[in-house]
Order: sequence, then structure tokens, then C-alpha cells
Amino acid sequence: MTDTNHPNSGQTSPKLDSKIPVGDVAGLWENHKFSMKLVNPNNKRKFDVIVVGTGLAGASAAASLGELGYRVKAFTFHDSPRRAHSIAAQGGINAAKNYPNDGDSVHRLFYDTVKGGDYRSREANVHRLAEVSVNIIDQATAQGVPFARDYGGLLDNRSFGGAQVSRTFYARGQTGQQLLLGAYSALMRQVAAGTVELHSRSELLEVVKKDGRACGIVTRDLISGEVIPHSAHAVVLATGGYGNVYFLSTNAMMCNVTAAWRAHKKGALFANPCYTQIHPTCIPVSDDFQSKLTLMSESLRNDGRIWVPDAHDDTRAAADIPEAERDYYLERKYPAFGNLVPRDVASRNSKTVCDEGRGVGPLKNGVFLDFAAAIARDGVDAISAKYGNLFDMYHRITGENPYKQPMRIYPAIHYTMGGLWVDYHLMTSVPGLYAIGEANFSDHGANRLGASALMQGLADGYFVLPYTIGDDLAGLLGQSAVPTSDPVFTEAVAGVTDEQNRWLSINGTKSVDHYHRELGRIVWEYIGMARTEAGLTRALSEIPALRDEFQSNVRVLGSADTLNQSLEKAGRVADFFELAELMARDALEREESCGGHFREEHQTAEGEAQRDDENFAHVAAWEWNGEGAAQTRHREELTFENVALAQRSYK
Amino acid sequence: MSSGTNSSKHGDTIDVTLKVWRQAGLVDTGRFEVYQQTISTDASFLEMLDQLNEQLNDDGAEPVAFESDCREGICGTCGVMINGRAHGPQKATATCQLHMREFRDGDEIVIEPFRAAGFPVVRDLAVDRSPLDRVIEAGGYISVNTGAASDANLTPVPKVAADMAFDAAACIGCGACVAACPNSAAQLFTSAKIGHLGLLPQGQAERWSRTEAMVETMEEFFGSCTNHGECSEACPKEISLDFIAFMNRDYMKAKVKNRALAGQR
Repeated sequence: MTDTNHPNSGQTSPKLDSKIPVGDVAGLWENHKFSMKLVNPNNKRKFDVIVVGTGLAGASAAASLGELGYRVKAFTFHDSPRRAHSIAAQGGINAAKNYPNDGDSVHRLFYDTVKGGDYRSREANVHRLAEVSVNIIDQATAQGVPFARDYGGLLDNRSFGGAQVSRTFYARGQTGQQLLLGAYSALMRQVAAGTVELHSRSELLEVVKKDGRACGIVTRDLISGEVIPHSAHAVVLATGGYGNVYFLSTNAMMCNVTAAWRAHKKGALFANPCYTQIHPTCIPVSDDFQSKLTLMSESLRNDGRIWVPDAHDDTRAAADIPEAERDYYLERKYPAFGNLVPRDVASRNSKTVCDEGRGVGPLKNGVFLDFAAAIARDGVDAISAKYGNLFDMYHRITGENPYKQPMRIYPAIHYTMGGLWVDYHLMTSVPGLYAIGEANFSDHGANRLGASALMQGLADGYFVLPYTIGDDLAGLLGQSAVPTSDPVFTEAVAGVTDEQNRWLSINGTKSVDHYHRELGRIVWEYIGMARTEAGLTRALSEIPALRDEFQSNVRVLGSADTLNQSLEKAGRVADFFELAELMARDALEREESCGGHFREEHQTAEGEAQRDDENFAHVAAWEWNGEGAAQTRHREELTFENVALAQRSYK
Repeated sequence: MSSGTNSSKHGDTIDVTLKVWRQAGLVDTGRFEVYQQTISTDASFLEMLDQLNEQLNDDGAEPVAFESDCREGICGTCGVMINGRAHGPQKATATCQLHMREFRDGDEIVIEPFRAAGFPVVRDLAVDRSPLDRVIEAGGYISVNTGAASDANLTPVPKVAADMAFDAAACIGCGACVAACPNSAAQLFTSAKIGHLGLLPQGQAERWSRTEAMVETMEEFFGSCTNHGECSEACPKEISLDFIAFMNRDYMKAKVKNRALAGQR
């Protein structure tokens, strides 16, 4: 079978039916909502739905499903749903409200997102995202999210990268925190109402299927160590991205791919794993003990000038390097955009100058972001009013005062566009199993625009999944959930228990963190900002070698029946090893550069990313074929009927 | 007690003696263990504990359990007592944002879990702060179902009110206020949410019932406030004591007959 919904999609794999309705993209979602089946209010209480993860996507989904009357079980491995890493998002959330009257519209947000994604996302999904963006702002405001306001008391907007209109709503530099606390409060309201049963400190370790359909999960209680089966009519994964495969990233310490990966091993296809996003302005690594990287808002590039010394291995302090011996390389190479080139371009140029030996700082692993000119022009007070919090944070972390000497910055991983393949209903290739938020692959293509992650997480959770899940559940009316006494559950529980005991019995010589750090070095070196065939091939031999050592020489102490953080990490790192290998394969097979995926072999004469639309305007989704077997690459062709394909240029 | 020197430079190390609370679980009585560490002044406090754990693991001893996640001072997962102070010596700084350059060579650093009857110790430095979720569950929300919201600009909010609401909403729920309080009271945490929602027009309909329910649930788990102000002093987000006054006033009003029912101001 081929996907008959698309006229030019003869090559789409039969496993990847996107179920995108036929018609004009502008009316698709509205019409589709009418055509989907409904579950009547009295019947909703007959359905159990598991939601794993309580970040923006998970909390908003669990709350909305509970309000509708479904019996929801929400799981988080944190001590409280409010800890999820959505909380750390700084900048803002996009919405096509057009409050500033500057020409924004649903179509423009749709267009910017498809273009920003370097033409590797689905038009239909992105259009729906742009449509519901306006509802998110209404919903969050009604919940009491304290967005920035002007003196008339109305909502304020600012502009963000990749857009020529002001459509970003924000709450100081803590927009993610405030939106998450809004979704968390909605969730806790449903917990109080009894529609949502909250399981905190519970980590998903297996997805359970019966007769091809997802019927539940197995979790480990992180305090008691108890391995527990949970059954439901549908399972929703809202478990975030996989940036921590790099060990050092701006993700939180516990972010991991385990839920998505274990679903993958149960048959859910994993799409575009090589699409990872680098943020250009993070604080550089300072030493071997570094545990994570901290992002400094991209807005700093509005006033900071980026430079390195002309000379290699220049050890002078920044102030001692005369103007004539400085290379403001972005201003030199991109006179039109200067320091405001897009994230991927800024990042790759930082890498180039550091690789040349012109990096700055004790480890020569950063570039200067210099505010001297801005301070001389606008005064310290003006700069402090704009960036005071960020300057203080930088000072606290590095011990250096950015009012007196330039900041040092370097790119770091902070978002992953790849994830579980989902159809238009956000269902994975396993019936009854859904993926929402950063855990899925659907809306950002090969590159996510700033302030769009919060938008997508909340769109999925508040306004998409609550509609689409009913269409599937309606067909199950009268069927009860598979009981946890069923052999599919007892076998899954036994498998998870065995896995815990295996980690504890290896008793090797090195810690889990040691192997995670070593894996991260390989992934960053070869599957990081710039990729080559030789490097990726090398990664494909180094990763399995290190994994074998990890599996035989890791030391996990303690027991399985208490809080055991090493044991928790062992399973997560094991999954990162398998994912890393798939990322390398995906990057190797994608013989083009697009968005966050830059293959050095595929660049323009000016060194910019060169897409190959003829051969690679498709989603690559990988199928697990068992331990040790190569995964199968399936493709979903992408068609662009509303946004014309074009090469990006920032000269 | 150490105070920040900020005169260290890259590559400097200091020797510190750590007295770390070890406790196998809720029923264990617990004890201090002493460890020596040589650590770079560029390391964060938690990276120092990471290094300790790496060494313990190498030596065949179980690592110290402690919690952290974002390590950017926003998720509220981390938090220990450092020399008797919640989150340690640096003002307005969560444990994860504290760096070793704030300590001096030769310092003894006493590291304990947050101590409060409402926060039972789970293991070593990790505690159970779920009573804070119970307080939110009691009413820390505005009842608006998904899809029921009107246009966001229909209700203007005076900028001063919005800004003050944000000041309260900045609470990260770390529980340092409870740990710092001699009575283990949770007034600052609770009042931050009551203040946030009570200052906004959207929060008025449930203002009195919310305050009553949240305060009374808080009192089931935590001690009473006797105005020490240690909570605000320890708060990494510097939430103001003014919100406690706001909450107390609203609680008094809520208790007046029929206020909760009538939704009156």
C-alpha cells in the first residue's frame, strides 16, 4: 500500500501512513475535527489513559484529558510534576495573535516555521500548530500565567530569530517556568478532582503491547525500587528530547531517551534522529568535571559583538588586544546579518575559529561576545536594564564580570528535532501509543525556530491530542483494559527486574557517568555541529566498542530496592548508546545538509548548508529489528504545496 | 563560615573537608561521614559532589544520594543545608548555582538534607517535598478548562499588578523557606502562590476559597509562622515577606461569614 493521500508520494513506506486529510491546508484541521469520531461524555470515564511525563506537553495533555472525563494516570520520574525541564525555557512562546498589528497571521507563522525548519517538516502539522497557537495564549492567560504587559495592561510582544514580526509572548526570562506552572496547576486541579491519578518518582522502563496494540507500561518506583505494571486503553509519551546523548548539553541532568527508545524497541519508528539543534550562545566548558552547559539568551547577540584574535594561541587579555588585531568574523563574512545570523550559521563559525586555534579562554574553547561598544554607546545602566540577570548569572558561573571583560561563549546542544514518528493524530506506528512535545518529530523539520518549542508542547497537549485520541478510543467502546495479571505484563515486569539485577551484578571498575561522558565525547566530535562520512563511519565503530566495554565493565553499587541514582542512570545510558549509533547511521545516510544537520561534503561555495530536495525531501524513520540487527530505514515523502522550496542566504 | 572571595583564577584548587549526612532511608537514624576533597574553584558545588561520588564509586562505596536536575537555578529540584544554611552562603542562589570559589582552602563544609518534619529524608541528602504539591492541589490554580478561555487581551491587567504577580510566581518550589524556618513553616511558599493568583483579575473568583483551602492544607503538614523572616533570606528567588502579609490578610477576610460563598472582596 502507498500513501494515496499524496499525489507525489509513490515512495512513502507503507509503514508510514501519515493520515493527513486531503484538501486545502488552511481548512484541514477544522474539517478533520468534524470528521473524527467522538466519545460521549458518559463513556469517557470508561477509558484509562496513561500519560508519561509532566512537562508542558504531558501536564497539559493529562489535565485536558482529565477535564474531558477520561481516567488519567500521569507519571513523572521527578519528585513533583513541576520539575520537568520545560521549566528552564527562557525566551518566549510564539503565537499568531497579531496584537502588534505588524502583519502577522496564521499563514505567516506557518510559512516561517516551514522555512525555518529548512523544508523538512509536514505542512499539514505545521499549519495546525500555527492555528492553535492563538488558543494557547488565551488558555495560559486565563490560568494566571503572568506574561509581560504594557502600561495599558495589555500583552506585550517581542521579536525573535527567524521572523520579521513581533509574535513572541514572554514572562521576563522565565517563560517556560510560568507556562509549566500554569499547566502544572491545571494538572493538580484534576488530581484534586480525582480524574488524574498522579504517580511521581516513577520511571517508565517498558512499554507493553498485546496483539500489536499498546496496553500499558511498566515503571520502577524510584524510592522503593518496586517494579509495577500499569494498564490503559492508550499510552501517551511526553518524555522530552534526547540532547543528553551528548552528555554535555543545556538539558537537565535527568533528561533521557529511555521512554521513547523503549517504545522504539517495541515497534515505534524513530524519525530523523540526526536532527539536533545547537544553540550558539552557551557558557564554554571550563574543566573535565563539567556536568552540564548553561545557555545564555540569544538576545545577547543584539548588542554583543563576536570576535576572536587574529593570531593563533594569543594569550593576552581581551583588553590588551588592539582593535586591528581582532577578527569580528561574523561581521566580516556576513555583512548584512552580522552577529545576528541564524543559530546554525553562528555555531558553525565559532567551531571553525576554535578549530583553527583562535579560541579564547583558558581552554581555548570559546569566542568573545563583547559588550564594550554597546556599553560605550548606551551606558552601563541601559545594558544592565536589558541583560542584568544574564550578566549576573554569567558572573556567578564563571567568576568573570562581563561589564569589565567580554563574555566567552560556545555552542551547545539544547534541542532535538528528531523523535518518535507520529501520524497526523500524533499516534506512533504502534496503535494506541502516542508521542507529544519534543518526544515526537513532527513540527520543526530539521531546525526549530526560537520560541516554538513551548508552542508545540502546549499545542499537542491542550489542543491536538485531546481531540485525536477520541477518534481511536471510540472504536474500543465496551472493551476493558488488558488486566495487569495478563502474561504480557508479568513478562514485562520480569524483564525489567532482570535488567536491574544485571546492572548490579556486573561489578566492573568504572562508573556510569564515566561511560556517559566518553560516549558524549564521541557523539559531539562526530555527530555534532559538522559531520563527515569519515567521522560518522568512525563513530559507528567507536560507539559499539565503548558500549561493549560499558556493558561488561560498569560498576553500579547498592541495591535495587532503594533510591539508587547510579542504577537509574545505567539504564538511561544504555539507551543513549543505542540511540547514538542510530544517529550516526541516520546522519550518514542523509547525504545533504539541512537545518541542524550539516554534512561538510554538502555545502555551497560560501560554506552554507546545501539541501538536496530531489533526493532527501523526506522523513527518515527507523525500524528496530532486534538486538544486534541493523535497523530498517523507511521514508515518508514530504510535499510542499503552499511554501516554495528555496535556499537560505544571510549575506 | 566562608564568604565569597571571587579572587580565584582558572585552575586554582582548594582542599576542603566535607561532613556529609548519610542516611540509608526513612527508618535509619543517620550519621555524618567525613570526606576530603581537592577541588577546582571553577567547579559548582554539585560538581564537587559529583566528583566525590565518582571517587566513592571507584572505592567501592555507595555514592551520596542528592537531587538536582536543571542546574540553572530554576527547577527547584536541588537544595541542601550547607553549613546550616539552606542553599548555602551566597544570597539569591540555589545550591546548583553555588560555585566553589565561594569557599576557601581548608574550609570544613557541613552538608545536610533540608530538615523539616514536613520533608522526611528519603536517602542521604534527598528529602520528600511532596506536601508542597498537596498545598497546590488544595487550590493553587484558577479553574479554567482547556478551551474555555476568552481572548487574552479581553481583560487588561495593570502592569504593576502583573509585575508583582510575577514576583510571587517566580517561586521555584525548592522548599528552602521551610528548611530555613525554625518552625518549618511553609508560609512563604504558600503565600507566593496565593499572592500570584490573588493579584490577578483572573484569580478573583476563587480568591477566598483558595486562600482558606491552601492555608489549612499547609497547616496539616508544616509549622506556624512566627515572623523570623529566615524564609525570605534563604529564598533563591528573594520572594518578599509582603506576600505572607497579603496571605494573612486574605485568610482573615476569607474566614468572615459567607465571603467564600459570595466571592466578595
